[in-house]
Parts: sequence; C-alpha cells; structure tokens
Amino acid sequence: MNLLWLIPMFPLLSAVLLIVTAGRLPKQLVAILGAGSVGAAAVCVALLANDFFADGQIRELTLWTWIALDNFTPGISFYVDGLTVVMMSVITGVGFLIHLYSLEFMADDESFSRYFAYMNLFVAAMLLLVMADNLLLLYLGWEGVGVCSYLLVGFWYRDPNNGKAARKAFVVTRVGDVAMALGLFLLFTELGTLDIQPLMAAANNQWQVGDTLPILATALLLGGAVGKSAQLPLQTWLPDAMAGPTPVSALIHAATMVTAGVYLIARTHELFLLAPPTMMAVAWVGLLTLLLAAFAALAQNDIKRILAYSTISQIGYMFLAMGVGAFSAGIFHLMTHAFFKALLFLAAGAIIHCLHHEHDILRMGGLRKRLPVVFASFLIGSAALAALPFTSGFYSKDAILLSAWLTADIGPILWLGGLLGALLTAIYSFRLVFIVFFGHANTEPDRQPGLKMSIPLILLCVLAAIGGWINIPLTEVFASPPSDHSLIAHSVEYIGIATPLLGLLIAYLLFLSRAMSIAKLTESTAGQAIQGFLRSGWRFDALYHYTLVWPFVGIARLCKNEPVDQIYNAIVCTLKWFHRRLIIVQNGELRWYATTMVFGIVIFVAMILRHSL
Amino acid sequence: MIEVLFYSASVIALLATILALTRSNAAHALIYLIVSLLAIAVLFFLMGAPFAAALEILIYAGAIMVLFVFVIMMLNLGEVGEAQERGWLSVKSWILPGIMAALLFIELLIALSISSEQTIALTSGVAVPPKEVAMSLFGPYVLAVEIASMLLLAGLVGAYHLGRRFIVRREGVHEGGDS
Amino acid sequence: MGGLQIPLEHVLVLSALLFCCGLLGLMLRRNIIFMLVSLEVMLNASALAFIAAAAKWGQADGQVIFLLILTIAAAEVSVGLGLVLQIQRRFKTLDMDAATALKER
Repeated sequence: MNLLWLIPMFPLLSAVLLIVTAGRLPKQLVAILGAGSVGAAAVCVALLANDFFADGQIRELTLWTWIALDNFTPGISFYVDGLTVVMMSVITGVGFLIHLYSLEFMADDESFSRYFAYMNLFVAAMLLLVMADNLLLLYLGWEGVGVCSYLLVGFWYRDPNNGKAARKAFVVTRVGDVAMALGLFLLFTELGTLDIQPLMAAANNQWQVGDTLPILATALLLGGAVGKSAQLPLQTWLPDAMAGPTPVSALIHAATMVTAGVYLIARTHELFLLAPPTMMAVAWVGLLTLLLAAFAALAQNDIKRILAYSTISQIGYMFLAMGVGAFSAGIFHLMTHAFFKALLFLAAGAIIHCLHHEHDILRMGGLRKRLPVVFASFLIGSAALAALPFTSGFYSKDAILLSAWLTADIGPILWLGGLLGALLTAIYSFRLVFIVFFGHANTEPDRQPGLKMSIPLILLCVLAAIGGWINIPLTEVFASPPSDHSLIAHSVEYIGIATPLLGLLIAYLLFLSRAMSIAKLTESTAGQAIQGFLRSGWRFDALYHYTLVWPFVGIARLCKNEPVDQIYNAIVCTLKWFHRRLIIVQNGELRWYATTMVFGIVIFVAMILRHSL
Repeated sequence: MIEVLFYSASVIALLATILALTRSNAAHALIYLIVSLLAIAVLFFLMGAPFAAALEILIYAGAIMVLFVFVIMMLNLGEVGEAQERGWLSVKSWILPGIMAALLFIELLIALSISSEQTIALTSGVAVPPKEVAMSLFGPYVLAVEIASMLLLAGLVGAYHLGRRFIVRREGVHEGGDS
Repeated sequence: MGGLQIPLEHVLVLSALLFCCGLLGLMLRRNIIFMLVSLEVMLNASALAFIAAAAKWGQADGQVIFLLILTIAAAEVSVGLGLVLQIQRRFKTLDMDAATALKER
C-alpha cells in the first residue's frame, strides 16, 4: 500500500486551497473541502488499518530526500506500525467527527473558511508528526501543530485576551521545544542519525542501561513532551488555551496535539528504557500533574476550564503509564481519552452553543430535559472519564493503575496517588454533570443541537462506551510484554473499581442530594483562600510571573535603552561637544583666520627658537 | 655717502609702507605703496641687483599697481567708503593684530641675533649682472621658469573668468542670473 | 657701486619690519583691497630678503627667486582683484567681516 502519502495529502491540499482562496469560496464548498478532506483521510486510514490488522506488517514509504548533507539525509518518509495506526485512526477518526461538528458550530462565523484552513493544516501536521520515520520530520510536524494551535487559540483575534492566550500557549510550549531540539542535536551528534529505527538500534548498541548520555537525551526529549502535553511544570498554557473555539479544544487540546508528548515517549521508548532515572521522572511528573490538575479542576466554575484541567490530569495518567513502562496501557488510555474527552468537549461546546455562549456552570442547571442528547453524551463521557466500570476509561485507567502497583519500590505510592486522582476525577466530573444538568434551570437554551452536531456526539458516545474493547495492535511495537496482572491480589483490583464509585457517591451527596454540605468550608476565610488557590491552578501563573516574566520584562526594559550603546553614545557626545566648541573657530571671517594663523606662526617660531637657544 | 642713501631709502620705504597701510582712501594708499616700492627698488640697485630693481619698478610699481588702480576706479568707492573705512580703524581693533605682529617681529630679531653671533655677515657689494641671472634662469632653473609660466597662465584664465562675469552683470544682460 | 658695505642684519631687520607691517595690515584691515595690498607688502619684504642674500653671496640665485616671487605676486593679484569684483557684486560691500559664507545663503 504505497498510497500512504495520500493520508496527510488530503488535509494538506485542502488547507493550501483554503488559504490560497482566502475565504472567497462559497460556504458549501468550504464545508465539503474542510470536512471532506479529513473524511477522505479517515477512509484511507480505515483501509490501511484493515490491511494492517490482516497482515500486521510494518509499512514504510520514502517520498524524497528532504535534506542531503554529507551523511545526514533525513527524508520525507513515513513509517507505519501499530502505534502509528492507532494514532492515525484517532487523529483522522475523531478529527473527522470534530470537523463534522464544526460545520454547525462555526456555521455563523464570518471566518468559516479560515477556521477550516487551520484545522486541516493541523490535521496534516499531526499526521506528519505520527507518521514520520525520522525525528526531524517528527519535529516539523511537532512545530506545525504548535503553529496551528497558536492560530486556533487566537482564532477570535479581535479580543486581545485571546491573542494573549495564544501567545502564552506558543511561548510556553516553545520552552519545551527548545529542550527537545537540544535533545535531537545530542542524539544526532552521539548516534549519527535521526531515523528512529536505526537510532534505537544504535542506542541499544552503544549505550548501557543507566548511562549518562541516554539519561540526558531522554531528559531533553521529556522537556519537549512536557511542554507539548501540558505537564508539570509547563502546564499553565492549557487552561488559557480554552480561549479558542470549543471544537478546537476538543481536537487539539484534548484528543490529539497534547498527547503528542505521550506519543514521543512511546515512539522513543527504547531510549527511555535505557534511562531508568528519566522513566522515574516521567512517572513522578505524571503523578504530580494528575493530582495537581485534579485538585484544580475541583474548584473551577468555567465548564471548559474544568475539562482543560481534567485533560491535564488524564495526560498525567498517560505519563504515569509511560513512566512505569506500561506503554501499551498509556497509548490505550490516550485512545480512550481521545474518545471521551472529545465527546465531553463537544458536548460542552453544544451547551455553550445553545446557551448564548455561557461558560459558567453555576448559571446553568436543569438541562437534563432540555438538551437530552447532550445530557446523554455528557453522562457517558463523564462515566468514561471517571472510569466507572465497563466504560472505555475504566479499562485503560485500570491497566495503568495495576501497572503502577507492580512497579518496584514505589509502586504502592504511585498506585495510591493514581487512586486518589481517580477519586477526585469522579468527584469533579460528576460535580459538573450534577450542577449543569440537574437542579434549577438558570438559563434557557435558545436552540437545539442540529444533526451535524448530534451525529458526532452519538458516534463518540458509542466509542466512549465500548472503546475499551478495541484491541489495539501494540504488542509488536513494545517488545517488553505487559506485566502479568494475574499476580495482583484481587483486593487491589476491587479497590480500583470501587474508588470511582465512591467518588460518584461523594459527588451525589455534595452536589445533588445536598445531604452533605461543604458550604461552611467554602465560605470560611481559609476555604475561600484554598478555593482561590486551586481555581488559579495552584498559582503557577503568579509564580512564573514573578520568577520568570517579571525579571525578563525588567531586563528587556533595561535593554530597551541599549545600555552597552551608552558607552559609545558618550564618546559621540563628547566628540560632538568638542565639535561644537571647535566650530566656533570656523566662522568664515578672513581676518580671524589670518590672526589665528599668525598666532600659530608665532608659537611655531617660538618653539624653533627655544630649540636653538 | 652711499650708505646714507641706503639708509634713507630704507626709512622712506618703511614710512611709505606704514602710511599706505593706514590710509582710509584706497587711491592714497596706492600712491604711498608705489613710493615704498620705488624706495625698495633703490635698495635693490644699491645691493647690486640692477635687473631686479628694474623689474621691481616695471612690474610691481607699474603693472601690478595699475591693476589695483583699475579696480579701484571700477568699484568707485567714493566718500562713503572712505568714511566707513575710517570707522573700521578704531583703536580697539589695533590691539590684537598689533600684539601679534610685535611678537613675531621680536622673535625674528631674536632669530637674527642668534645667527649674527656666529658670523658677522656683510653684503659683498658685488653686482650681479642681468646676463648671469638670465644664464641661471635658463640653466638650472628652467623648470621653475616653466612652472612660473604655467602659474601665470592659470592666473590669466582665472582673472578672465572672474572678471568676465562682472562685466556681463554690469551690462545687465543676466541681472542676478548665472552665478 | 663696488664699495657698499652694509651689515646683512640691517637689511634683514628692514625686511622683517616690512613683513610685520604687512602682517599687521592683513590682520587689521577689513577692506579686501587693503588686505591684498598688505599681501603685496609681505611678498615684497620676503623678496628684499632674497635680494640681500644674493648680494651677500654674489650669486644670481636670489634674483631668480625674486623673479619667481614676482610671478606669484602678479598671478595672485590678477586673481585676487577678479575676486574683489565678484565680492563687490555679491555682497555689495568689500567688508570681509560681512562676507563670511562661500555659498549664498
């Protein structure tokens, strides 16, 4: 199947066409191009996946050599194995549903064409990222999705705050990207290639487990992954990135781009296996992030910010999985998360769409009867997010927690942390459901979601519900077989199953039946302080503002006056001062010239005389 | 006796020069200058340079001074110019130039006194005839003569160029025009 | 005229005096014609020094230099007087304190 190139080509072509025509195409045609191209790519991927399931062969395709420098010849070449097939399926499948949904969501927007141009470009870049057979091409896709993320977060550019959010997203991820670029340089100088498979082989040949170099290289790659996937300490951009249109949040900031970091680690997992300390760091980053974000999600009132923190938290689970070596479980969770989080975002988008762009959950309520489709979607999505039994999220999260339990030494700690996160996840997701869909109706919806919105919701509902039974073909990719879970005591499994139910119960008691009340706690001074602290995302923005932004702006302001130039300016000023004094002498008066000349002669003769005397 | 002639000519030259430079009427000044030049021509003659004395009279006192006279006549300064000239010669304007000139003179005297300590120089009193001058002019100094002729040519062209425009303006052909 | 015996210094002192007078005139006078006159005096004074030197050594070289000085004086005066005419035309005055710019403002 050498038609691999068609898959990224469809959205890329459509994006180029839409950009070149600059909104002059009729809306119908834009819709066909925008959604159709991704649909065509999805069909191609489906065919490819079908073939792949049949024979399980790795497919490679080199289109042309991109750069030719002596022995450095990265190509525009694709490498498709089980991991790539999973990623491509998620990107094109979920991507297509989100494009379909966008047709209605963005129907009234004046920049309809621009929106689809960016979205298609994003899909093309993301496909390039996952299909790349060398790290340089991967990096191209990596930066491509970063640019598209920037463009789409700041899509409604007339509000300066959106522009600020877009810049923040871009700059913060850039920090990680610099680390990643350094990592690539290191890998190339040490191993002499950037083609992923030869690179892995060379690393395994040259390096021993626990050497300094692989630790350094993987740490740098981890920096890139952390930036892209909004993990501690670069997580601050994702909540602000919710400034973009909701389908954008669903596609980029939940389902695909933010999971690129997880993909990167999975793709270079052989390298990571050579660096146990980095693996440990990955696990800890994941654990801390998932807890931190889950706590922050508890205190949010903006529906999209709740989902954003929940995304950070769920990616934390994926990192945890990567860190404990459960790559399959991590990728599995990536896929199920793509389903249910896209579903949740789209459902949230439907609520926002039908409720006059209302974001505050406290002003919603009682939507259960009024928006039944959305309610069903949200219920299923939240169930999967909270990992209630037999939903897709249950299987993946369970696998992660069990793998964490099996980790040597710190396994129980990681497991406990993950379990606490699961409890919090259940609480905040059902808090959202109970507040938005039950209780009093505070705002009346002015319309119902149309067919183009409902179909993606229903399809994603199905995926979120049964996605756990999809058997993803990863055993070939991750050589080390997943740990045998049968060794684990059943009690551990039961606790894992019970925890989300406990969370559901707590949420029910707190937010629906009101049997328990935390009003006293939230209204006390300390409670308010804690709530504000959590709502601002543990005040990371303020911390970075004072430790990084503020000194930087100070230095920039200092340098604006070009302090080094002041030295040269001083020289110039001195010269100018003397010049102004001297120019008085040159007044154009002939007699003055004659007099000064005579004065000079007098001095000169006097000097000669002094010598001869 | 001949020494008396020399010194009296010297005094005349000096006095005439001073008078020439302090007159407010340009025509008077020129007459004094001519007197001064004639007295210096006498000095030349007495110092045994008859050819130089003749040229001094012919070219300096004659040709060059005539040029001055022409220009003064063309400008036609008159009474107003004379009064203005007197106003410029105030006591105050004398101070700085006077000091400078006096200083330079004192320095020259010191220089002379230094050199005269070494050799007591006297004029030889031997006349150098025009023939000898001519021989050296067209002998070792022929290049200098050529350069001098070129200088004169340049002076001629320059004077013609500058003067022509003046004449054109006077005729009113290009009033305030080409400059 | 063979018997004239005059100390060279006397002639040179006279020459220096004349030169200083010329210099004084140059610095003192504001009229461009008088400045040119002063220049003539200075040139003449230096010529006197050369003739004196020629008489001292009984050589023709001093007189040759006098001739060159004469040439310079003639060229200078012709151009200088042309300039005088131009200055009178441009500035309507011969006052060099008033004519301070080469270019018309």
